[in-house]
Amino acid sequence: MSHAPNRRRPSWQRLAAWAILVLFVLITLAPFYWMLRISLSDNRTLFAGAGSLLPSDFTFGAFRRVLGIATLEEAAAQGGSGANINFWRYLANSVATSAVITVCQVFFSAMAAYAFARLRWPGREQVFFVFLTALMVPPIFTALPNFVTVKELGLLNTYAGIMLPYLFMTPFAVFFLRQFFLNISREVEEAAIVDGAGHARIFFRLIVPMSSAPIATISLLVYIGAWNEYFWPLLVGQEDDVRVLTVALGIFRSQTPQAGPDWAGLMAATLLAALPIIALFAVFGRWIVNSIQFSGIK
Amino acid sequence: MKTSTLRPLGRRAGDLPVAMVFLLPAAVGFAVFYLWPTLRTMYLSFTEYSLLAPPEWIGVENYQKVFGDRLFWNSLQVTVEYVVINIGIQTVVALGMAVLMHRLTRSGLIRGVLLLPYLVANVVVALIWYTMLDAQLGIVNQALEWIGVDPVAFFGETSTAIPTIALVNVWRHVGYTALLIFAGLQAIPKTFYEAAQTDGASEIRMFWRITLPLLRPALALVLVLTIIGSFQIFDTVAVTTKGGPVNATRVIYYYIYEQAFQRFNFGYAAAVCVALFAILATLALMQLKLLRAGETDLD
Repeated sequence: MSHAPNRRRPSWQRLAAWAILVLFVLITLAPFYWMLRISLSDNRTLFAGAGSLLPSDFTFGAFRRVLGIATLEEAAAQGGSGANINFWRYLANSVATSAVITVCQVFFSAMAAYAFARLRWPGREQVFFVFLTALMVPPIFTALPNFVTVKELGLLNTYAGIMLPYLFMTPFAVFFLRQFFLNISREVEEAAIVDGAGHARIFFRLIVPMSSAPIATISLLVYIGAWNEYFWPLLVGQEDDVRVLTVALGIFRSQTPQAGPDWAGLMAATLLAALPIIALFAVFGRWIVNSIQFSGIK
Repeated sequence: MKTSTLRPLGRRAGDLPVAMVFLLPAAVGFAVFYLWPTLRTMYLSFTEYSLLAPPEWIGVENYQKVFGDRLFWNSLQVTVEYVVINIGIQTVVALGMAVLMHRLTRSGLIRGVLLLPYLVANVVVALIWYTMLDAQLGIVNQALEWIGVDPVAFFGETSTAIPTIALVNVWRHVGYTALLIFAGLQAIPKTFYEAAQTDGASEIRMFWRITLPLLRPALALVLVLTIIGSFQIFDTVAVTTKGGPVNATRVIYYYIYEQAFQRFNFGYAAAVCVALFAILATLALMQLKLLRAGETDLD
């Protein structure tokens, strides 16, 4: 991998280019730092020290308020709004619904991808094309009737209602996995058939293990997507006991008083809601970056 | 195709029974949550439906109302304004980012960092910027004050609200767009640049003469995808301005949401959905034609 530009002498042009790239990185990271900085501040002194780069009156008070371990007096003393946010519940809801969506969607999509990539049957390409056209339909187009469906099933404000439209497949997951399944060599499969293996066995013992890397990648993408979803859970899961973090943040923000908003609390809640994704990314970032190089979609 | 000859007995249906079993869950999901609702939205657009009583057929009345609806045209205008600012700035900056990365570094860390905002929820991004752009306490206004500019109520004024939301989402999406473009850049053979360098071409000349022309097909696809995505702006508006001030940020998605879920005009909302879909489909086809996205100049 000898790469011509790297061997060139540093010039003012290259220095300027590097400076711009570093600036992009800084602009990308600065808001995350600012979220952290505000969340570690005391609301009461936030206004006076608005221009400081460090937290004003460093405290974990906002996190204690959000996590419900601060006393009422403590919260009031630091300018908390007193609004109770049931953070642990919302966190559990987000973790659980995203996990179930991921497992079911990836499993069923993998089955479908197997049928499209490894089995031979009349009409296969046409059916696959029909599946793909679903990518073109804007989500809101299906959201309205899906809401009616979920309502008719009596599943408003239930976990099932929040998860149902995402459980079976997404065109993207089927497309993504099919691409990898197509590249598995025929010979391995045929050897297994000669040994008398059925399709279920080939799928579970051969195709899935051989595709563990792309399956892990798509699982990660599905999990992040489900975690970040706002529109659908806003429609069907507003009630407190099934509320997920994104919906909770929106409500927390609209309940925040205009006069003296609890900025530190808001940023602490926001940071906690983003933290699992940032952690996932820190560990598995390389896969996600590579998957974008591969697919070009989503 | 080759393998079918290997199979015992030339069964016409091939693996059809097995395939049906493997496809069953996905097919059910597709039928119930994609196909059926798509048809149902089209049907509902010809009805009056408030969720309480069954839908009542009213022909094209909803569409006639859409054409005369000042708020619909306003929402379309606001959305287009958003898309133009959002896509215009995002594409130029992402192109710059991608080219810089392509010519300077293969660092996975830099690519990872630039992608990070895209992986964080819209709601989170909206709230971070809502705090940073606050008129009294926000760091951005603090910085403006240092250079002698009066504070701006970014989300609070009709003239700045849409550009603000557009720029917030540029921040979220630009790294992702840059990575898509970067993937396109990697398809350009290095020998082109090496040859140009031996001829003494400058980086800027190489950009205009090699990079941009050869990138066109990839760039066209990226544009189609990002423009369609950009039209679907909702989360940021729902969390920050809720369509206001006045009607300044009532984008089309938010308008549909209000009609359906706050006024329970499901039939009317469905008609607006169909109109939106028609606009998006036309746009995508036009773009693909104009930019000849499928073709490459590399052959």
